[in-house]
Amino acid sequence: MGSARLYAAVAAGGFRRYATYRVATAAGVFTNTVFGLILAYTYVALWDERPHLGGYDQAQAVTYVWLGQALFATLAIQGGGFETDLMERVRTGEVAVDLYRPADLQVWWLATDVGRAVFQLLGRGVVPFVFGALFFPTALPDEVGVWLAFLVAVALAMVVSFAIRFLVALSGFWLLDGTGALQLLMILGLFCSGMALPLNAFPQPLGDIVMLLPWSALLQTPADVLMGRVEVWSAFAFQAGWAVVLLAVGRWVQGAATRRVVVQGG
Amino acid sequence: MWVRSTLTYRVSFAVAVLGGLLVTGLDFVAILLMFSRVDVLGGYTLPEIAFLYGLSATSFGVADLAIGSAGRLGTRVRDGTLDMLLVRPAPVLAQAAADRFALRRVARIVQGGLVLGWALVSLDVAWTPVKVVLVPVTLVCGGVIFSAVFVAGAAFQFVAQDAAEVQHAFTYGGQTLLQYPPTVFGKELVRSVTFLLPLAFVNWVPAAYVLGRPYPLGLPGWAAFASPVAALVCAAAAGLAWRVGLRSYRSTGS
Repeated sequence: MGSARLYAAVAAGGFRRYATYRVATAAGVFTNTVFGLILAYTYVALWDERPHLGGYDQAQAVTYVWLGQALFATLAIQGGGFETDLMERVRTGEVAVDLYRPADLQVWWLATDVGRAVFQLLGRGVVPFVFGALFFPTALPDEVGVWLAFLVAVALAMVVSFAIRFLVALSGFWLLDGTGALQLLMILGLFCSGMALPLNAFPQPLGDIVMLLPWSALLQTPADVLMGRVEVWSAFAFQAGWAVVLLAVGRWVQGAATRRVVVQGG
Repeated sequence: MWVRSTLTYRVSFAVAVLGGLLVTGLDFVAILLMFSRVDVLGGYTLPEIAFLYGLSATSFGVADLAIGSAGRLGTRVRDGTLDMLLVRPAPVLAQAAADRFALRRVARIVQGGLVLGWALVSLDVAWTPVKVVLVPVTLVCGGVIFSAVFVAGAAFQFVAQDAAEVQHAFTYGGQTLLQYPPTVFGKELVRSVTFLLPLAFVNWVPAAYVLGRPYPLGLPGWAAFASPVAALVCAAAAGLAWRVGLRSYRSTGS
């Protein structure tokens, strides 16, 4: 039970760390709203041209835009969460100290990142989404159950997002310089999560392929759960499946990486 | 100095530029994905949108290369290292721009230039001497307008230290907006980026003349040639904002 308390405290720390920067949060809300506005107009034009593109109607496409803006920082779709900190600690060797702590590296950072993500959802996600719902025609469910299922899907998306970025961060043990890995993370995150365009609007067979990748668990799956376009339990199973697989791989890589660490005395 | 330091590690520089090409090309790939499903967007065809995109991305790239480093100003205000620039006998703005001058940002210009080149080849336009001259003039004016937005953003950071994201909304947000034709957006939005913040003169208005399209908001015919005026006004306003910002600066004393 003691370790659960520890990780809860770590998560709270992650939450508080981001909650400290109020002006930065407000600035982020503003930016997400501006980008949401631009994208929403673009999608309206796109769906004007091709109604029911990807099986969405126009209101659903617009809802998708605002969900994307709300979840962009929460799920660190372009990166920008704990992974830069961890990579820096790997580069400087401070990670050796972390390995001596009576806490698990992976669970420790997961707790930090969940704290961060929850803050970003409340601090940066809610306002742009409400703005979008007020000023654009959106397709929102009125059943409480659907909203609860959506929150579960977002929570699972947080774990999948963490698991992907944990692997990227661990690549630092071998690459040392993380610039390339982070760039790759950004590109894959933008395209394969559906941030650039909903995955169901992709040309085939590309669309079917990206749907199967873990990134589709980040934005596409929660969006489809909210708009009732997918069977809830199979959506959860898809997300949880990727979470388990990626966390397991992360654990295995962590083992291989820590065996490489040589602590210099002094 | 920053250029020499970058070029010392040639492979690393090449990788950074290549990576930059990939990352900055993302928006255009997104547009290509859209056009894999439709033939026109807001009444504009793909080469026409590529023309809009190329103009705004290239001039944005020029501004980003010249003055994008000033975006770090908020960090300097916060950690007190701005004072270091203030005591040196050179204009602070020039120093802020040269600070960590990142030559890898040429990637954005190259990428924008490639799209623009492709657009010019595939467009079906009856070129006149006026239209030919208008393209480079538009690029220069666009670069000045975006630079002004960067400077104004840096000036704003004197006041709101960790609000770099607000600046992004206007710089990157403006760039994204201009990639799509004005017909896509609501009238209010088009009006505010024409008269309040004259981003429309970066590409929308001159491009409408080149492409023979109706002007946004039914502007008069000479508006296509008003970009230099818009650029001058922007530069003057940004210069003023910068001076006010610099005067209001109080060191953190750390």
